[in-house]
Order: sequence, then C-alpha cells, then structure tokens
Amino acid sequence: MTIDATTADPVSRSRQKAGAEGAAHSAGALADAPPIVGQPGAWSRVRRNLSVRIGGFFLLLLVAIAFAAPWLGTVDPSLFDPASRDLLPGREGEITTLDGETLKHRFWMGSDSFGRDIYSRVVYGTQVSLVVGIATAAVALAIGIVLGLVAGYLRRVDGILMRVMDGVMAIPAILIAIALVAMWRGSLLTVVVAIAIPEIPRVTRLVRSLVLSIREEPYVEAAISLGTPTVKIMLRHVLPNTVAPLVVQGTFICGAGILTEAILSFLGVGLPPDIPTWGNVMAEGRAQFNQYPHNIFFPGVFLALTVLAVNILGDGLRDTLDPKMARRT
Amino acid sequence: MSGAPPPILEVRGLAVALPPGGERSHAVRDVAFEVGAGEVLCLVGESGSGKSVIAQAVMGLLPKTLPVASGSIRLQGEEVAHAAPARLRELRATRMSMIFQEPMTALNPVMTCGEQIDEVLREHTTLTTAERRRRVLAIVREVLLPEPERMVQSYPHQLSGGQRQRIVIAIALVLDPVLLIADEPTTALDVTTQAQILRLVLELQRRRGAGVLFITHDFGVVAEVAHRVAVLRLGQLVEIGTKDEVLRRPRHAYTQMLIGAVPTLRVDPRPSDPDAPFVLRVRALEKTYRDHRWFAKERTVHAAADVDLEIRRGQTLGIVGESGSGKSTVARCIVRLVDPTAGSVLLGDGSGDDIATMASGPLRKLRKRVQIVFQDPYRSLNPRRNVAEALIEGPVNYGMRRAEALAKARELLELVRMDASAMDRYPHQFSGGQRQRICIARALMLDPELLIADEAVSALDVSVQAQVLRLLDEIRSRLSIAMLFITHDLRVASQVADHLAVMSKGRIVEYGPAAQVFAAPRHEYTRALFAAAPGGGFAFAPEAA
Repeated sequence: MTIDATTADPVSRSRQKAGAEGAAHSAGALADAPPIVGQPGAWSRVRRNLSVRIGGFFLLLLVAIAFAAPWLGTVDPSLFDPASRDLLPGREGEITTLDGETLKHRFWMGSDSFGRDIYSRVVYGTQVSLVVGIATAAVALAIGIVLGLVAGYLRRVDGILMRVMDGVMAIPAILIAIALVAMWRGSLLTVVVAIAIPEIPRVTRLVRSLVLSIREEPYVEAAISLGTPTVKIMLRHVLPNTVAPLVVQGTFICGAGILTEAILSFLGVGLPPDIPTWGNVMAEGRAQFNQYPHNIFFPGVFLALTVLAVNILGDGLRDTLDPKMARRT
Repeated sequence: MSGAPPPILEVRGLAVALPPGGERSHAVRDVAFEVGAGEVLCLVGESGSGKSVIAQAVMGLLPKTLPVASGSIRLQGEEVAHAAPARLRELRATRMSMIFQEPMTALNPVMTCGEQIDEVLREHTTLTTAERRRRVLAIVREVLLPEPERMVQSYPHQLSGGQRQRIVIAIALVLDPVLLIADEPTTALDVTTQAQILRLVLELQRRRGAGVLFITHDFGVVAEVAHRVAVLRLGQLVEIGTKDEVLRRPRHAYTQMLIGAVPTLRVDPRPSDPDAPFVLRVRALEKTYRDHRWFAKERTVHAAADVDLEIRRGQTLGIVGESGSGKSTVARCIVRLVDPTAGSVLLGDGSGDDIATMASGPLRKLRKRVQIVFQDPYRSLNPRRNVAEALIEGPVNYGMRRAEALAKARELLELVRMDASAMDRYPHQFSGGQRQRICIARALMLDPELLIADEAVSALDVSVQAQVLRLLDEIRSRLSIAMLFITHDLRVASQVADHLAVMSKGRIVEYGPAAQVFAAPRHEYTRALFAAAPGGGFAFAPEAA
C-alpha cells in the first residue's frame, strides 16, 4: 500500500475513495446499499426487527412486573414464618406480617429455610436487577463518553488516558467490583458504581474510535472551516453520530451488569442479604441445593431470561442500527 | 457487425426486476445487444443506469434480490440467464471472466499473486504443477509485469494499483476466455496508469480475439477503446452503434446531452484583469508527515514542498495532479485543516495575516475568508442536521442573528438553483449533485474571498458535473471571488482554470496561464499527463446548443 500523505488516517482515506466511487458507480450497489445510521427510517426498521420485538417485549414485561410487584399476589419479601420453612413450590402455608397477624399464603415457588416466600423475593428482585442493569449502563456510558471524547479529541491526553484504560481492562472485572464493594460496603449505589467502573474502558475505546473516524469526516472539516468552536463540533457533529453504536453497547453493558450484580450477591459481597436480589436468593439456597433446588431454580430462570432478553434486544439493535458491526461478528 | 461469425455474447430482451417499492420496477429492461469476436462494446451510462447489473447478469452474479425477470443471455449460443450454478461456475472461469474496478478488493490479501492465478488453473485444468507454473509465469509476462518471478511471490499489498490490476487481468485471461467483462477497470487508477491498462487490455484482446464488454462512465475511455457503444439510461438502452456514429453523430437527445456535457480539452481564455488585487499568496509551503514509531525507523513523507501559488480576485487557479501528488494537502494547508510544516499562506494584500503560523484563536476570525467544498457530497453534510441548520452554522458562529442567517440561506439556495423548500429537509433526501449545491451554498454563506473546490465535481455524473461547473463559474464571475480548483481531471481543469499548476510528488512542476500550459506544456510530466488523458485526440460531437 502506498503511503498516502493527504490524511493521517489511511482507513478513512480509503473509505472516502470508496464512497466517491460508489457514487459514480452505484447501479450494482443499489440492492445492498448500507442504510445510513441517523436517517429517519432507521427507527422504523428497528421496530420491525424480530429480535428487537422479542427482546423488547420480554423487557417491557419485566419492567411491568417490577412496577406491579406489590399487586401480583406477593407479600413483603422480608416476611418469614418458622412454620413455613422449606416448603415445596405450590404448597399452602402461613406467613406472619410485621403486625403479628398470621395470613394464609400459597408459596408458588416454595419457601426458603427462614420460611420466606421465594416468589415474592424473586418478583421484588426484578426491581433491583433492572435498576442495577440500567444504572450501570447509564454510569458507564456517561463516563465513557466524556473520556472517549477527550481521548479522541485531545491527542496529548490520549496516550496516557488509553494506557490507564488498558490497565483497568487488564484486571478481571469481577475482581475490581469485589474490591470496590469491599472498600465501600454494599449499597445500591456502591454496587452500581463498582460494576460500572470495569465497563468504562470498553465504552471509552468505542467512543474514541468513533470520534477518530468521525472527526475525519468532511462535514466535520467543513464545520472547522466554518469557524465552529471545537466544543460545539464535538456536541453537534460528533456526538450525535455515535448514538447508534452506543445504544447497542449500552444494552450489552446492561445485561452484563445484571449478571455481575447477581454474581456479587451470590458471593456475599454485593447488596446486603436483607435486600431481595436474585443473587441473594440463590446464595441462601445454595446450602440446601440438593434437597430444595427450587431456591436456586426460580431466581436462576428469571436471571437467565432477563439477560437473554437484553442481549436479544441488543443484537436486534445492532443489526438494524449498525449493519457494519453485525456483519463483522 | 456484418454477418459472418456468430456473436460471442447475445443479449435479447433482458429485464432484471428490482424489489417492489423502489423508484422503478426494473434495474434494466428490454436490453438487447451483442458482442462479436474481437469486438469491444462499451456500455456507457450514468450512475444508476444499470450497467453493472447487466455485467452481473451475464456473469450470473446477480444478488438473489435481483432476479433476471425475462429475456435471454447467450454465450456462444448457450443460454446462461437461467443456467445451473455449477455450469455457471465452470463458464465463469473458462469462457467468460471479469475485471473489477478496485483491484485491491478483487484480490485475496493473504495469498500471493502467483497462488491466485494458479488457483484458477488448478480448479479448471488437469495440468501438472510444473505446467501450471509455466502458464502462470507466461501470463504474468504477457500482462507486462516486470520481474515475473518476483511478482508471483508478492502479496497484493506489495504491488502498486496498476500492477494489481494487471494481476487481476492475468487471472481473468489465464484460461483464454472468449468474453471479457471489464467493469470500470480503470476508474480507481491514476490517469497515466489508466492509459497503460487500457492499452494492455486492448492489445491482449486483439491478440486473443476475445469479445470485450467494457463498462464505463467516462466518454474519454470510450473514445479510446470502443468499437461499438451502447448508451444506457435508467435501465434502458437508448442508443447503440459504432463509436463514430454515437460519439460524433449521436441521434438520441440523451446521448447528445451526455456528450455535450463532456468537458473539452480546449481552453477558452477568459478576459481577466491581470492587475486584480491578490486574494491569496502561498510562499514556499511545505508539509512533511512524520510517522513516529516505537520500534521502527521513523518514516517521513514530503506531502508538499516548495509550493508557491498566487490567486487574484475573480480568477480560478487549477491544480492538477495524480493521487498522492499533494494537491489536496496544499488545499488543506490553506484552510489550515492541517498545519503546514513551513512556508506562509497570506490572505489579501498580505499585511500580517499569515494563516500558516497563526494561533487557533485569531485564526478563527480569518477562517470565514476561505471556504472549501469537498469531493464526497455524501459525507460533506452531517446526516443528522437539516439543510437550514447546515447553512446557518457559519454565519451564526460569527454572530449573525438566526433570522437574518435564515433569510440569507434562502437567498443562497436560490443562487445555487435549489428550492427554498429544501431548508427543512435532511441531506439523504437529495441526490449527489443537489448535495454538492448545498455544500457550495454553505461555503458561500460566509462571503468568502476564496473558494476552494477539492475534487468537488469528481464524484458526480458527467451531466451533473457540467451543471455544477457552470454554477461555480457563474458564482465566480457574479460574486467575483477567487477560486482554487483541485482536480485530477484535465478536462475539468481546462474548462475552469485561468491559471494552472501541475503537481507531482509534492512539488509544482509546471505553473502558468492555463491556455499556455495546455497548448505548450514544458515539463516532461505535464506532457505525459496530457498524453495519457483518455480520448485526448478524439473530436466529440459539437455541443448541441
């Protein structure tokens, strides 16, 4: 390959050429012209995608469950009754409220060794999982976008920042999370931050690479020659064109976040055991797994289906919003 | 076309359907032509005319979404339009073959060139290894590649664009096909390389007596290679005939328009004021790229060196050169999209405003005086912002009120012959030519003294190109701004430039009044460049007035 001196980035240069030739010569390409992200019509394509529909439907269902938890035949997930210990799924039993009142209750998913209702704990656990997943994605994206823009635009900071990111990526995510939670003591906030931090380098890298290619686009150069200040260029021309891949990345972080939270809780280093999360429920059922597998089975199924739904949604979004990436993987 | 040998390729009533819901129902319809032995038929048309679809149909390479709806394609009498995939695969290597536009993507980057030629022989012949090796070397010699032994052991990235295209041609010809389909084989190449490749294709074709279906959008190339010409428009054949008939005496109005739009290589000197004030003076401009590496030797590339230019008000300076000659680098230095290594860029009378070394703060105030239009209309506009926002961005940056800027935007859209309704629409709703008009309007929003057009018409079809060139010329004379026009296309340069600078390897090798440079080029490279211009000596039909 000859050295092309006109732009620093040979990749964008060759794409530029391809674009121009495509324009001069697009008859054959009519059929498979890639849809341009950001065109109106992208969203209607998203809505028609089967993966998006299936994943989205399951997620909406879970959100509905999370919001409607008190009205779904549940009891307070922290209530227990020594008389109803280790009930099998579907059995009738009784449970004592905080006022000392004893209620008849059917344990659809059985009860644990304290006599708590697994069904109620799993349903309420949905709230925790979704909040953790979405908050993790939001935190990781927000910080990653800022760092990525900085790295992509300020070349002097780039080297140092990206080496730091490489360092963070070299430590297993779960270890960082465990160390951070151990330092701060478990709460919803600390768990979210602890899960988000190992995800930040990935977002930063993605944003940086997008910025590096978008900043070579002629429309950004046109903006420079129109005298647009750098900050405005970043916010107006660069950032909006990174949205689609970031949405896709966000769904994957969300799924990973839900999983990591469950792992942390299961290991006993996540949220305190009195908060009903799927990981906590499974951790408590672990000792009796041989006799009473339902303690682990039901929260496990919810966890798996949730992460599956998020990932299917993410795949669908990637296929429709970011066709280049879909072909590569 | 008279009688005797049966045609090699015979296409009758060919129609290829497009998926429903598109702009038209058929990619091509009612297409009929034939290619005789030893004949070169050029299929010409603008983008979207369906010329590549025809090539793919003949090769049996159409995507599943574009089936052959009706008609027949006969290769030496054998119907191939609906042939079985296995039979097509056999035919593709042995009886017909194809040369593609982009040689880098047509070759496998992880196989040596020799292996790739050998693969064809291995699949389709029963030759022994030694015989195959002889054949590979013979064909590499035949496509005039230097040092055949080394070439067959090279990987594609180690060769130049022209050498790669020769390898592609060798692969296509190694089994002596009777039909060669060349789909824009020289569009990605520089003009001097293009001339060599065209000569090579013609010579091999003559020697082997193969029929060639040559697809191009460039009438210069047509004049160079064609025996007969078929003109396509929106999927339909509008005219077919011998080269002289079609190019000199076109019958169909569309062909007349297309040929009229081909810029001539003649320069019509315009009256210009030799004492007009300077708008731009570039002195000893230099740009050197250094590639810092941790564990390797530093590489330096002199993208531009010792460049001196001057442009006066109301005049156009053309810079021509091949890719890598540094012409775009010069433009980008003048706009300060890249920082020059040395030299000065002076605006106006040159009193202290040296763009080349200015800090970014004061530079911002000067940016409005020089504006640039880029090559690729599809990427020059932010896809997420509508036309009004794109147009008013510049003036608003310099403190104009929104309402005022919008009024001005409407005015300029009118100047570039666009409807004011374009304001609320997004870039993807416009064609390439329309987008380029919008880009020109955007550049003019700041009332620049100098407009730089960096290959601004190179991605456009010839008829659209002619319109945009006319528009730019009109703007230049009406607003009496100066223009720096960068192009690889000598025809375009001859049409717009008052002065011409020829660049090669980062340096200006010839510089002078355009008429003088075209009439009597002094530098060897300029002469080679002019000699390579396809169809240079061909007299096209005079423009229908």
